[in-house]
Amino acid sequence: MENENANFGPEHELDPKDNSRRTFLKQSALITTVALTPGIAAKAADMHIDEKIAEAFERVPLKMEVNGKAHSLMVEPRSTLLDILREQLDLTGTKKGCDYGQCGACTVHVDGHRVNSCLTLGVMVNGKKVTTIEGLAKGDTLHPMQEAFLKHDGFQCGYCTPGQIMSAVACIREGHANSEPEIREYMSGNICRCGAYPNIVNAIQEVKGGGFVV
Amino acid sequence: MKQFQYLRASSQQEALTAIAKPGTKIIAGGTNLVDLMKRGVTAPDKLVDINHLPLKGIVATKTGLHIGALALNSVVSENSLVVQKQPLLAMALKAGASPQLRNMATVGGNMMQRTRCTYFYDTTMPCNKREPGTGCGAMEGYNRMHAIFGASDHCIAVHPSDMCIGLAALDAVVIVTGKKGERRIPMTEFHRLPEDHPELDNTLAPGELILGVEIPDNHFAKNSYYLKVRDRQSYAFALVSVAAALEISGGAIKQARLAMGGVAHKPWRLFEAEKALVGKAATEENFKHAAEIAMQGAKAYEYNAFKLRLAPASITEALKHAAGMA
Repeated sequence: MENENANFGPEHELDPKDNSRRTFLKQSALITTVALTPGIAAKAADMHIDEKIAEAFERVPLKMEVNGKAHSLMVEPRSTLLDILREQLDLTGTKKGCDYGQCGACTVHVDGHRVNSCLTLGVMVNGKKVTTIEGLAKGDTLHPMQEAFLKHDGFQCGYCTPGQIMSAVACIREGHANSEPEIREYMSGNICRCGAYPNIVNAIQEVKGGGFVV
Repeated sequence: MKQFQYLRASSQQEALTAIAKPGTKIIAGGTNLVDLMKRGVTAPDKLVDINHLPLKGIVATKTGLHIGALALNSVVSENSLVVQKQPLLAMALKAGASPQLRNMATVGGNMMQRTRCTYFYDTTMPCNKREPGTGCGAMEGYNRMHAIFGASDHCIAVHPSDMCIGLAALDAVVIVTGKKGERRIPMTEFHRLPEDHPELDNTLAPGELILGVEIPDNHFAKNSYYLKVRDRQSYAFALVSVAAALEISGGAIKQARLAMGGVAHKPWRLFEAEKALVGKAATEENFKHAAEIAMQGAKAYEYNAFKLRLAPASITEALKHAAGMA
């Protein structure tokens, strides 16, 4: 863990397109797994085979479109949309904050409406269209809200940012971005523990005032 | 979360047949149920997804407004019929949860949500509602959020909904169906007091399904208000909330409806205070008098005594807003 933390500083100076931090985390997790896998753990893993077979039978089909791409998956009924996006589709832009619908970090759009993906069972979005933070930009062109968050410093640590941006886009689409108090009320489902709220409001007001199509 | 079987019900009959089996629960928006399942507070063997049933409609009838059980909280709160005829309901809905949650939560699900008592959620603590007979952690614990009316020795939890407080004030009726057919339950009787059975939140019989809710037409649209007092300005459960609806004619109150949230195991209608307002002028003095009447029988615990002052002040404030005096 110490090594991971030590690596956080310089990572921030890397090209944002570079995914080396994620790769590093994956590699370090692998090293940890290997280190903790002598004979006993391996046997324990073997004993879970029955469970795995049972799980395979308990999976149900899920068809959904994510960021314009059709997916046909087999999922456990208990898997949340959040976990499916992150673990099965590798769309890790959507963040797991509280996992109980209290923080908004997991906000995505389902059929154009913002929802908490942590409280949405995957099976319940069957046949629907999901948009995540990865689906906002058009190629290398950022969405106006993403540009505005950069310009106005709408974040510090960045963990809540994907959820904030998905909510901000919805806030304008819903017609609830007409004043600062209204924006604050309709963004209240997204918590920012760094306290970037004034800058987030500024970003939303700029996009709203600029008449951008969101 | 414990694994469960999932059934997507394609008809009301299929849903009713499925929920007749013990261990089966209905899922609509899932905003509370999934949360409870993740925490191990509840662990159904089977979930019946009713989202495909045609219960989303909001229609004006000859006598009132019918809202389907699956209408989303966000949709109801912005619906033009609701805003025009029952603005109190729209206000109550908008005071609840967050925009994301309101996009998922349904009218029926909102009625079925469980208390947010922290002892109910914490599976390491005793709770008669979660596990009958284990005791009440809140009684001698940190009971700041808890009831001041109608509690029992077994449970002092409060009902968490804002929508239901508005519906209770508006004389709404819940329409349910089951093996024995349809029946109508007044909103004020849908939820129950804890008494000896705090595990039962409401009077819905096993195997029954909520179809919708009906609000009779009234003359409260001009003078109604939902006041919610909470620890932060938005996205928090009520310490105290008040739904106030007045019909004022020639300076006098013709009819009054009052319900409080955050104070009891069910939406708490203030029938005596309502009676005290009828025929009176809409003045702060009369509102304060009604609030005093409303507080008769209130009982606080160690950490929620502040509600004994906050509640009457909130009633007065809500009435002033409803009467256009604030």
